[in-house]
Amino acid sequence: MNGSPLGQALEWMADPARWTGPSGIPARMLEHLGYTALGVLVAALIAIPLGLLVGHTGRGKGIVVMAAGAARALPTLGLVTLFALLMGIGLTAPLLAFVVLAVPSLLAGAYSAVESADPATVDAARAQGMTEMQILTRVEIPLGLPLLIGGLRGATVQVVATVMLAAYVGNGGLGRYIFLGLGSQDYPQMIAGSVLVIALALVLDLLLLGVQRLTAPRGV
Amino acid sequence: MNWLQSNLDQIVAYTGAHLAQSLPPILIAFLLALPFAKLANAAGWLRTGITTASGLMYAIPSLPLFVLLPGMLGTGFRSPVNIILALTLYGLALMVPSASDAFRSVDRDVLSSATAQGYAPAARFWAVELPLAGPVLLAGLRVVAVSTVSLVTVGGVLGVPSLGMLFVDGFRRGIPVQILTGVVLTAVLALMLDALLVLAGRMLMPWTRRGAPRRSRGRERTGAAA
Amino acid sequence: MTIRSTRRSLLAAGGTAGVVLGAAACSSSDPFEEDTAQGGEEGTAPSDGGGAVGSSTLVIGSQAYYSNEIIAELFAQVLEAEGFTVERQFQIGQREVYVPELENGSLDVLPEYLGNLLQHYEPDAPSASPEEIHSALGEALPGALRVLDFAEASDQDSYTTTAAFAQEHSLTTIADLAGIPDLRIAANSEFEVRPYGPEGAKSIYGVDVTVVPVEDSGGPLTVQALTDGDVQLADIYTADPAIAANDLVVLEDPESMILPQNVVPLVTEKVDETAAAAIERVIEQLSADDLVAINQRSVEEQANSATIATDWLGEKGLV
Repeated sequence: MNGSPLGQALEWMADPARWTGPSGIPARMLEHLGYTALGVLVAALIAIPLGLLVGHTGRGKGIVVMAAGAARALPTLGLVTLFALLMGIGLTAPLLAFVVLAVPSLLAGAYSAVESADPATVDAARAQGMTEMQILTRVEIPLGLPLLIGGLRGATVQVVATVMLAAYVGNGGLGRYIFLGLGSQDYPQMIAGSVLVIALALVLDLLLLGVQRLTAPRGV
Repeated sequence: MNWLQSNLDQIVAYTGAHLAQSLPPILIAFLLALPFAKLANAAGWLRTGITTASGLMYAIPSLPLFVLLPGMLGTGFRSPVNIILALTLYGLALMVPSASDAFRSVDRDVLSSATAQGYAPAARFWAVELPLAGPVLLAGLRVVAVSTVSLVTVGGVLGVPSLGMLFVDGFRRGIPVQILTGVVLTAVLALMLDALLVLAGRMLMPWTRRGAPRRSRGRERTGAAA
Repeated sequence: MTIRSTRRSLLAAGGTAGVVLGAAACSSSDPFEEDTAQGGEEGTAPSDGGGAVGSSTLVIGSQAYYSNEIIAELFAQVLEAEGFTVERQFQIGQREVYVPELENGSLDVLPEYLGNLLQHYEPDAPSASPEEIHSALGEALPGALRVLDFAEASDQDSYTTTAAFAQEHSLTTIADLAGIPDLRIAANSEFEVRPYGPEGAKSIYGVDVTVVPVEDSGGPLTVQALTDGDVQLADIYTADPAIAANDLVVLEDPESMILPQNVVPLVTEKVDETAAAAIERVIEQLSADDLVAINQRSVEEQANSATIATDWLGEKGLV
């Protein structure tokens, strides 16, 4: 019982046996990343087109903002347990909850990206004879891309921290260490699981920050 | 529906306890975020550091944090102090970057003219900078409020009374209505608080009431979005 | 814009917060609470930090498990009938959370289970008879705590399967599972490291099994995973009415690998002889079938613990 909790967690991680096999750290990390990617991807397919449409037309913004706010207010643990009761064990129930979690950030990123384009620039594009689709894809999206990626970044970090709940209902991921540690009072293991989640979040956050910087249009 | 009828008093008690745990962290996080944000805006490298650290804090899975804090603080597991402290940390993680954006959204020229008019630094902050940063601060505070109310449920797993207790018990007994009640009431509580904040914002910042259309302004600060 | 007007605005903000806090206070003193003491006690728990109750009051806790809450409610009601003032703090999550509160006197009574309680203090304690565990607990518990008599009713882990799977492989005991490939058992994650988990099954019965974690302690999702065929086995507590309802088969454990989990009250020194005698009258009457029956009312009728407890005590003539 000596050493700081974090030290014990690092010791737990340093054991080479933890780095192999189906319950080893690399395997659990891949599962965790996979669930995150899947959740964000499904949410993006819903939220980005909707956000772009709302941003471009300016219509329905009130409803979308309200729906996004309401989605933010839903507690994820409640959603996971509720969906699981209705759908059984497996990935569907937690995935659905992660999608609900990721949609608001993506939606806000998408519509604020379009909105951020200078109206004068948009009018100029329209005067040049561009179609609405061309305005969206050639002017508004390129100009607002950093904001769009910003929304993606926010959603990803939120989902990666929450994907541990997948393990609550029969799946893998780093949540396995957290719940096993919690249930068996093996706190080094629980902290190790949390540290790995935070590390993953850091890497993804910095990666997307880099993308965000790279996509910033020159001269703005 | 049986469950709902026979547990009304319990539901009311959980809702009250839930609110009591939500409000202090929202308030504390908001007040603490202001100096941190000013500090962050003092230098570019500080800003990057502080906002990255805030992002990471938000990535800490909440359940382990709730379990570990008592050990570090020497309080009991079910002491609301843990919940309030943990939620203040998450609130700061959201509020500091948002407040930093808010202060950056204030036009430098306006601040310079205020100084030229004879405002001392402290007076300039309270009378000019803070009100002008108000709308963006409010946007950040609203996100903090909604997210805090939602996060309070995690304490229910450890037995701190809140609407989150309905999730664990309903899951164990297989009563979807029980979980649904917890989810819906949590959302309602969050949205009511949000509406109150909007109302307070209109009262405190009457100049935002008409909602100056964003598109009409030439130079739009983009950092404040999302 | 002057300094003074801004300060007034900030004061107004403070006023708004005050109104909100006031609303919170109102909602916890709602008229609904006059109906039962339970809601009120729990509602005020967070503000007093869960402790500091007058010495005449007995604080009864329960695990975050509906069945445990009903047993706690049984204790609470017999104690009230005996004239004690009782405060209820139910649905406390982990043993790590409530045991320290019993040790420091914030809680006085909590229904426990023999095997799990012993393992909390002695993680390597081998499986044994209920009597042996009960006497081992006498030594393992810290001075401030003691256990009263244990009940016939037990709520223990099990290797449970469907009738169809049991028939297909002619299963009656856990040992009969040996040799069946790709066995998966749905259980809480900690099953993985319990002595009766995969390692115990391997060393004692030569059975290979992988854990699929479902964190509902053998609840409906675990049962569903079993009946849907997602897993072949499930750790379902033996007092769970779902076993009979779904025609499930609890595999026998001839080597006593699984610890017995008879219900046993864990109490502090504040529980005097009168109080202990009242609680033990409940324990004496609590049979295995009774526990299944009261659990059934909770999950099927969705009755609350107070109602179930009042009915049962009335039936047994205990209040």
